[in-house]
Amino acid sequence: MSALPRRVIAALSIPPSVGLAVFYVWPLLTLLFRAIDGDAVQTTLGRRATWEVAWFTLWQAVVSTLMTLVVGLAPAYIVARFNFRGRQLLLGLITALFVLPTVVMGAAFLALLPDGMNQSIAAVIAAHVVFNLAVVVRTVGPLWEQLPSDMEGAAATLGASPWRVFTMITLPLIRPALVAASSIVFIFTFTSFGVVRVIGAAGTRTLEVEVWRQAIQLGDIRTAVVLSILQMVMLAAVVMCSSRAQRRYSQPLGLEPSARRMPQRGSERRQVALIGFTSFAVCGAPLFALAARSFSTPSGWSIAAWTQLGRTEVRPGIRLGIDPLDAVRNSVENALWATLFAVVIGALASLAIAAARNTGRFLDVGMMLPVGTSAVTIGFGMLITFDQAPYDWRAEWWLVPIGHALVAVPFVVRATVGVLRSVDPQLHAAAATLGASPTRAWRTVVVPFLWRPLTVGATLAAAISLGEFGATSFLSRSDSETVPIAIEQLLGRTGSLLQAQGYAMATVLAVVTIALVAAVDRSHQLRTLARSTVNGPN
Amino acid sequence: MAHLSVDNVDLSFETTTVLTGATLTVDQGEVVAVLGPSGSGKSTLLRVIAGITAPDAGTVTLSGDDLTHVPTHQRGVGMVFQDNQLFPHLTVGENVAFGLKMVGIPAVERRATASDWLARVGLAGFDSRQVSALSGGEAKRVALARTLAVEPRIVLLDEPLTGLDRELHDRLARDVSDLLADLAITAILVTHDPDEAATIAVRSLHMDDINE
Repeated sequence: MSALPRRVIAALSIPPSVGLAVFYVWPLLTLLFRAIDGDAVQTTLGRRATWEVAWFTLWQAVVSTLMTLVVGLAPAYIVARFNFRGRQLLLGLITALFVLPTVVMGAAFLALLPDGMNQSIAAVIAAHVVFNLAVVVRTVGPLWEQLPSDMEGAAATLGASPWRVFTMITLPLIRPALVAASSIVFIFTFTSFGVVRVIGAAGTRTLEVEVWRQAIQLGDIRTAVVLSILQMVMLAAVVMCSSRAQRRYSQPLGLEPSARRMPQRGSERRQVALIGFTSFAVCGAPLFALAARSFSTPSGWSIAAWTQLGRTEVRPGIRLGIDPLDAVRNSVENALWATLFAVVIGALASLAIAAARNTGRFLDVGMMLPVGTSAVTIGFGMLITFDQAPYDWRAEWWLVPIGHALVAVPFVVRATVGVLRSVDPQLHAAAATLGASPTRAWRTVVVPFLWRPLTVGATLAAAISLGEFGATSFLSRSDSETVPIAIEQLLGRTGSLLQAQGYAMATVLAVVTIALVAAVDRSHQLRTLARSTVNGPN
Repeated sequence: MAHLSVDNVDLSFETTTVLTGATLTVDQGEVVAVLGPSGSGKSTLLRVIAGITAPDAGTVTLSGDDLTHVPTHQRGVGMVFQDNQLFPHLTVGENVAFGLKMVGIPAVERRATASDWLARVGLAGFDSRQVSALSGGEAKRVALARTLAVEPRIVLLDEPLTGLDRELHDRLARDVSDLLADLAITAILVTHDPDEAATIAVRSLHMDDINE
């Protein structure tokens, strides 16, 4: 893309820069400055409970990550090495699970495991594993697919049994991808919020959940701030270690074009079939259970939960304060606004980034920052920043959509910048030789390329907004719950009808999210985007 | 009695037929070349013998043992691959010692044996080098040493000299020929180059003769 006049570029970059500064940088700085209150740091870090939460956060993330790797290797193997019927379907299912809102995933495991077992640490870890299988399959799979299979054959001719071939040849060779996948899974599970909240097992509080509990439930902002900073420091340490590990384990590999083939011998066919069916069962069961539980009542199957979604009265005269249909309305409104904000800001930023070349890099990095920040941190930062006149915006209808837009903007930018950068500069030159002014030439040549990536970006933004839970937990007002908030509340109540309603809403949200993401999955962008995740910072 | 015999092997992949009633016998200590254009199934024949690819029908027998259903790692069949397939995460010495490790030879001993083999293929002192730093000819020699170090019952060479420049090719062909003769080892060489076949092998066959 070619050079626009400087002032046009400047004009384009002002709205995104101001937006980022006001709604991201400022809240984050506020958070940091509040933490420099020595007293709160001392008391919070001196508390045993703080370290218990930090320890739980760490170990559940380690266990979740290791189990995701172990469980994910089997499907990664068959998807990488073989062509079989249902391969695309399996990949699609694994990806669909990955893009589900965290609340829905939590609800699915609450539904899947029998009562008494479902509110447990095991349920949280199981949900994390199934949730993140896609990271392993889609990160390790492509590398595995391109490893020369003859290398394993060579090891076998030297006397290595299949197990030793795997441990001594295959595993070391796919290690770079394994390290990359595990650091992604670790970050997701370390910052787990929605899944943990919905499952609500005793003693399972991650730092994110504890930040929310202290800030919203107990009103202790000072402690919450310190915990939030502690979380960021621990996360930064992990990211540093993992990027060092990734550099260390990178090695030149003689990759070959994929040699996927039909499974051959009987034993191979049985192996592929066994792994395939198990993977389908593991991935399909939570979704199936989610839908099934929405029809289940103590007295048998019933569609009552669905037909009574609109009623706030559970019994005559008894209201619960959660109106599912109202929540749907709020969510749709939020999603429309969030999408609009994200698309406008994302489009302006993308145009500026693509036109400005080198100086655009600042804006590029800036617009990606929210992906690296947990949604809880974003929401909490906004909550404590915009609470004083003249910036008391907590009651404004647009605060929630802005929080969502912040989470979604990086995806819009990523979908758009690449396309804009690939617009042939020759086209622009051609328009100029035909007498078009620089701005006019740019408008004719570049703008038409915007629609496709922006549609992709808008769809993803809508999906993100509809499922967003982390930031929303801090920003939504009690009379305007969104769907994820309503799901969490319904599932937390006693009473089978309310729970069934929660499952019904989670089912709807799952279907809508999968449909939205599937709609854009056909375009190539999503394959990279899905890898960098739709609900990353939740 | 034939050392190796391949009897009536059929193999097809999805829609293409590669081997039809392939039959071949090789005597103890004999070096046989198999000639044929690319795509004629030469490499596939070697894979069937090594057990990397399972045949649809037919048998593979080595000194009287029916190997058809024996897994690759228990066959004692060595193979040098066209693109070497050296393990990139191991050093040159570790590559050569890999097979020795599989049979449980202690570390000290297998390092010494690997060094000997490297010297034998003209790469003395290469033990701790990285695989990625080897030239094409060196990599080929390492692959050869790695395969021979485990003293396989038969060695399969899949186009081992393809892709090397003329001078290097001719020198390596002579070296391979000398090495195989010294060891008195049974070997099958797959190639599309009749000169190379004549240099290394005692007897040459065409794929047309092997397939029915």
